Parts: sequence; C-alpha cells; structure tokens
Amino acid sequence: MTDADDLRRRTAELLAAHPPASTDRLEFLRARFDAGLAWVHFPEGLGGLDAPRALQAVVDAELEDAGAPDNDPGRIGIGLGMAAPTILRFGTDEQKQRLLRPLWTGEEVWCQLFSEPGAGSDLAALATRAVRDGDTWIVDGQKVWTSSAHLARWAILIARTDPEVPKHRGISYFVCDMTDPGVEVRPLRQITGEAEFNEVFLTGVRIPDTQRLGAVGEGWKVAQTTLMNERVAIGGAPIPREGGMIGIAAADWRARPELRTHDLHQRLLKLWVEAEVARLTGERLRQQLTMGQPGPEGSGMKLAFARLAQEISGWEVEFLAEDGLTYDDWTMRRPDRVDFTGREAGYRYLRAKGNSIEGGTSEVLLNIVAERVLGLPPEPRTDKDVAWKDLPR
Amino acid sequence: MTDATTPPGATAPDPDLLYSEDEDALRAAVRALLADRGDPATVLAGLESQAAYDTGLWHSLATEIGTAGLLVPEKLGGAGATAREAAVVLEELGRSVAPVPYLTSAVLAVTALLGCDHDRADTAAPLAALAEGRTVGVLAVPLTTAPGGPSGPVSVRADANGALTGRVTSVADAAAAGLLLVPAEGPDGPALYAVDASAAGVRTDTVTPLDLTRPLGHLTFDGAHGRLLAVGDRARAAVDRALLAGAGLLASEQLGVAEWCLTETVRHTAERTQFGRPVGSFQALKHRMAALWLEVASARAAARNAADALATDSPDAPVAVAVAQAYCAPVAVRAAQECVQLHGGIGMTWEHPAHLFLKRAKSDELALGSPGRHREALAGLVGIAAP
Repeated sequence: MTDADDLRRRTAELLAAHPPASTDRLEFLRARFDAGLAWVHFPEGLGGLDAPRALQAVVDAELEDAGAPDNDPGRIGIGLGMAAPTILRFGTDEQKQRLLRPLWTGEEVWCQLFSEPGAGSDLAALATRAVRDGDTWIVDGQKVWTSSAHLARWAILIARTDPEVPKHRGISYFVCDMTDPGVEVRPLRQITGEAEFNEVFLTGVRIPDTQRLGAVGEGWKVAQTTLMNERVAIGGAPIPREGGMIGIAAADWRARPELRTHDLHQRLLKLWVEAEVARLTGERLRQQLTMGQPGPEGSGMKLAFARLAQEISGWEVEFLAEDGLTYDDWTMRRPDRVDFTGREAGYRYLRAKGNSIEGGTSEVLLNIVAERVLGLPPEPRTDKDVAWKDLPR
Repeated sequence: MTDATTPPGATAPDPDLLYSEDEDALRAAVRALLADRGDPATVLAGLESQAAYDTGLWHSLATEIGTAGLLVPEKLGGAGATAREAAVVLEELGRSVAPVPYLTSAVLAVTALLGCDHDRADTAAPLAALAEGRTVGVLAVPLTTAPGGPSGPVSVRADANGALTGRVTSVADAAAAGLLLVPAEGPDGPALYAVDASAAGVRTDTVTPLDLTRPLGHLTFDGAHGRLLAVGDRARAAVDRALLAGAGLLASEQLGVAEWCLTETVRHTAERTQFGRPVGSFQALKHRMAALWLEVASARAAARNAADALATDSPDAPVAVAVAQAYCAPVAVRAAQECVQLHGGIGMTWEHPAHLFLKRAKSDELALGSPGRHREALAGLVGIAAP
C-alpha cells in the first residue's frame, strides 16, 4: 500500500525531473499523470497508484507549494467528477487507456448528455433513441442544459435502446464523439444574458458499439454511478469562514456604511450564521469521508447551498440600493466555467436562481432525503411497470 | 473601508466535529439509563409529583455514570473530561427532557467554581461535592442571562461582612440546589459568593415554569451569609465563562430535543394512515420533514463546533458559541412545533410527550441569551457593525 511518505518521495521525484519553472504546462501535467500522481486512488497506469483517496491532499499540497501548474479542475469538472469515475468502473481497458489521460490533463474536455426538454428531474423519462445498426448505434434526439458542449471533445450520453420495457430498463450508456456528423450544438441564452449551457441536437449520429459503457439496457445503473460521483465531488476541499458569497456580502457591508439599515443588519447576521453553519456541516461531512464514514449530509448540502446563495445574493442587490438597480453587462457571452462570485451582485442574484434547479431540483432532492435518509413511504408510482412507449407524454 | 474591523476568515480554527469512541461509549451508557428510568412517559408521570427534580435518576446519572464531574479535573475530584463529553450527555438529556439539574449544576455551577481560585479549600471542597453529585449547585442568575455581561446591574448587594441582600428571579433549578453561587456587587466591586441554600436569610419561591422539566425559582437574600469566592475581574470572568460554557453546551441539548422531535414525527407519519395512504408519503409533509432533517444535521455541526471550541479553550469559542446558539435554538423550536403539528390532534394532548419538548425548546430559546442576543454579540465579534 502506498503511504503518505511514499507519495511525498514520488512527488519530489516528479518535481526534480520536471521543474515547474522551466517545464511546459501540458508536459508537466502529462508527466504527473504518468507518475501516478494525478488521482492517486486510480489504478497504476491510469494516473494513479491504488492509494487511499484521502492521500491526494498530500500530493496536492506539495505540488502547490512548489508552484506546479494544476489541471484547472474548474474548467473540466464534468470530465473529472462524472465521466472519469464512470469510465474507470464500466469502461474496457482500451477505453480507459485512450480516454483518461487527455481527460485529466484537460486536453480533451467532456460534457454530459443526460437532461432532455421532456425529462428534467425525471431523468429516466428520456426520449433520445439509439437504434442498433450492426456494429454501430444510430442516435436521434435532443439534449439540454449541456454545459461545455461547445468546448467538448467527448460526451457521456444516455439514450433509449428499448421502448418496450419500463423506462429505467430500456436505457443504454455511451461515449459520444462531439465532432461526429449529426452533432449540433446551439447556445442556450439564459436569464443572465450569457450562454453557459447549450442545446445539443443529435441527428443520425453513428456511435460504434465499442463506445458503449455497461451492458445494453443497463444504462440507468451506469448513470447512477455518474450521478453518485457528482454528489461525492461536493465533499471537496475545506472552505474558510466567510468563503463564497457571504464573504462578498460582509465585505459590502463593511465598505458601505452609508447604506446600512437595521433591517438589513438583522438579516445579514442571520445569513452569516447560516453560511457559517453550512460551512461547518460541509466540514463535518468532509471529516466523516476522511474517516471512511460517509454521512447522509451530502444529499442535503446542495439544498442548503442553493437556498443560501439565493438569499444572500438577493440581500446584496437590496443592500446596494441604487447600484442594485443596474447590471454589469447583458452582452451574450460563452463562459467556459461557472463562476458564482466573479461578476457583480445582479449577475449573482440571477445565476443563483439555477442553483435550486440544476443537478436535481430542490423539490426532488427533498423527496430523495425524505425517502432514502428518513425512510418515509414513497410517492405512489404510476409509471413503474409500464413500458416506456405506453407512458403518457 | 471605514470600519477598522478585520474579517475573521483567516483565523477560523480547525475543529474536530466528529464523535470519539469514548464519547460514543458515554452516550450509550447515558442513553441506556435514560431509556430505563427517564423516558418521556416516565418524565410526564413524574411531573405531577411536585418534586424539584428526579432525585433517583440524578443520583444514577451523576454518581454511577459519573457525569456530574466530567468538567472537573481529576485532582479536584472529577473525571477530567471536557466540554465535548458534557455535550454528548446533554444531547441525550435533550432527547429525553429528563428533569435533572445537569446543565445548571454540572456545567454552569462547576464552570463558575473552576474560574475561582481552587487552591483554596472553600472553592475546592464545594467543587468536589458537585463533582461527586453530593450537592446540587446553581449559579444565581436569571436563566435568560446571556454571556458577555449582564444586560442590567447585578441585583444582589454584599456588605463588608459578606451579608447579601437582594433578589434574583427565574433561576433554573433553584429549589433543587444546596449551594448557591451568587454574583453580587460588593464593597470592592463585582464579586462571587457561595451561599448555602438552607442558610438563614435565604428564601426560594418556586414559580410555575413554562418548561415543567426545568423548574424555576426566585431567590431572595435578606442579610444571608455569603463566603467570598472571587472579586473584581476574576469574579466577572468566572461568571462569564460559566455562561459561555452553558450557552455553548445548551446547543447540544437543543440538538437532542430537535432530534427526538424529528425521529418521533417520522415514525408517527410513516405509520398513521389517512386518505388511504400513510400520511408520511404525502409530499407536503415529506418536504417539511426533509427540510427539518437538514436543519438538524446542520445543528449537529454547529453544536459540535461549540463543544470543541470550549473543550480546546479556543480563542474562537465566543464566535462558535454565538453561532451555535443563534442556529440551534430556533431549530429546536421549529422541530418541536412541527412535531406537534404533524402529529395532528394527538400532538395537542397532555398524554403525548410532544408538549414537553415544545415547552423545553421554547424556554431553551430564551435561556442563556436569545438567538437575537447571540447575533448581536456576533456582530461585534466578526465585524458586522450595526448601522
């Protein structure tokens, strides 16, 4: 088993062989991957050393101290957080060898073709069809809310391969080449004026059967792995007190005494307390994960985050008074990462509206907490044993 | 920037928010005892008896499990544990709303005495008695007193001979106490006195409390003899430290109250059938319970943080305590209110213990500083100045 000292030694060797100051960024990242220091819990030869996941922090800290470049995880979050663990678990050796290295170095960006206009939180209701034609599948349909699709080389895709069985059972999981003919990406302009997401139209796209992950009809199970890893990723790094949006609001308060009112003071203190408690809850979850005892708090963290982001950003617009009436820029932009705090208050207020919708609406998450954490009886299901083709749409 | 205050981000410490194995073992012992002797139905039956507290239960908890001396160092006759362990005891006491003077005697009175010079026999002796559960002690302040200094002047005066005169209202567990620790204005400024509850010139009038499980009394001192424990800043600091520890650990009791309310509500709504379905399968109810679960999980992080800050004597303790109180007090109240509402008609009855938890939660919200008082304190501590 690889331990912390061993990882420190390997990290020092990597830094000696490729001094960050004089090494090209991409060359350094490739060398780091090949040294098994990319994600240490992955297998040897695939960027890892079969080490405990928690030890990644040791490597990251050493590399940061040495001024080494990182792989810009904010820009390639979907690949790192969702595609990679799914490929690792369900991919063939060939797929792993081909896909994981450029995914990790950021040379190839990934997107996720899951959501559809007719299937939002009820993801398994999806209608995009994949029909077998010899060694390939022909895919037709429309996906939506696809971040990074305009930058992506690859996508993870779920499509219906059997409409004759109930909805969860007729789905298969593929890796889609975004440069293939028939893939059309259109920006989807949002409430903020920018186009962070896309609509993706798939028309007669031919995907080789070798790019399938998991068995035919077992795509829902594969997708569960993807979605679970999306949630684990929230565990992440500890954030400091007043990190994130509450820090901006508190800084505004300190900087603009002329705008202060008693009512805004009371509400800010309440939000400060809630943000601090959310931070501590995340920290407690992180400590549980480190001890190998993951708690169910993770399923609730997104709910708390969404509500707080919306309330704090709403408070901020109100606090800024006349300045709150203005907006920085409605120009259509195509950001290549989500930045919740980079722009100004009006942007934050509008962007935060998505926090309770994207990645599962707060209402659906509350149902999941109630049923899976508290064990309350499920909602009555009318679609459970009905073939997908017979469901009302 | 017109304020010279520094954002506190960089100084936030790295607390241990989990439970240790020893803490889990302590919890198991306390829970087993309470399940046997202090379940809510027993508590309810005992309330009719007019006793100041459940002496048998307190004896077992204080001496057999040894919880009374958790905060007292071993060389002074205690267990030498910390606020982290005391917090676990309080979580369990919150879950059973047992009428025992743990918070008042083993936390508030003990911490106040620890703030005095315990090389002196007249401090060490009562401390040992409290640690062994031989005596119940209370800090003679209104239960609503927040840390950070009393809002008004101290209501008891002491003369040069140590004779105390004055009145302190709404003191928790006053009738149960053998030893009163009385903050007073003495000839040399603020002072802390020890007074025997049975001494001449001490009168305890019991009042009917909102929370039946934590009795209140008004104390009147009419020339009662007090033994001087500390004066000046030392006296003030001892009292303030006690209030800070009390407020911080009260968050764990509130967590326990909220936890019981949520668990019972989930259990009831999963079983109770209306309109042909368990009521717990209706989304309107599920969402309320799921939202409450998230608040309880968050309250646990806040309460653990306060306990850890107190245990490690962290400079962040005032912030951690204020955050925990501002957050956990309303969560306990909401949980208890939801418990009554989601139980329907039975939630309004005397037989069902839900009302005990509602009364405890609501009076805990006022105890040792309301959420508003703690937010006010926080404003100064983290540099969010009032207009």
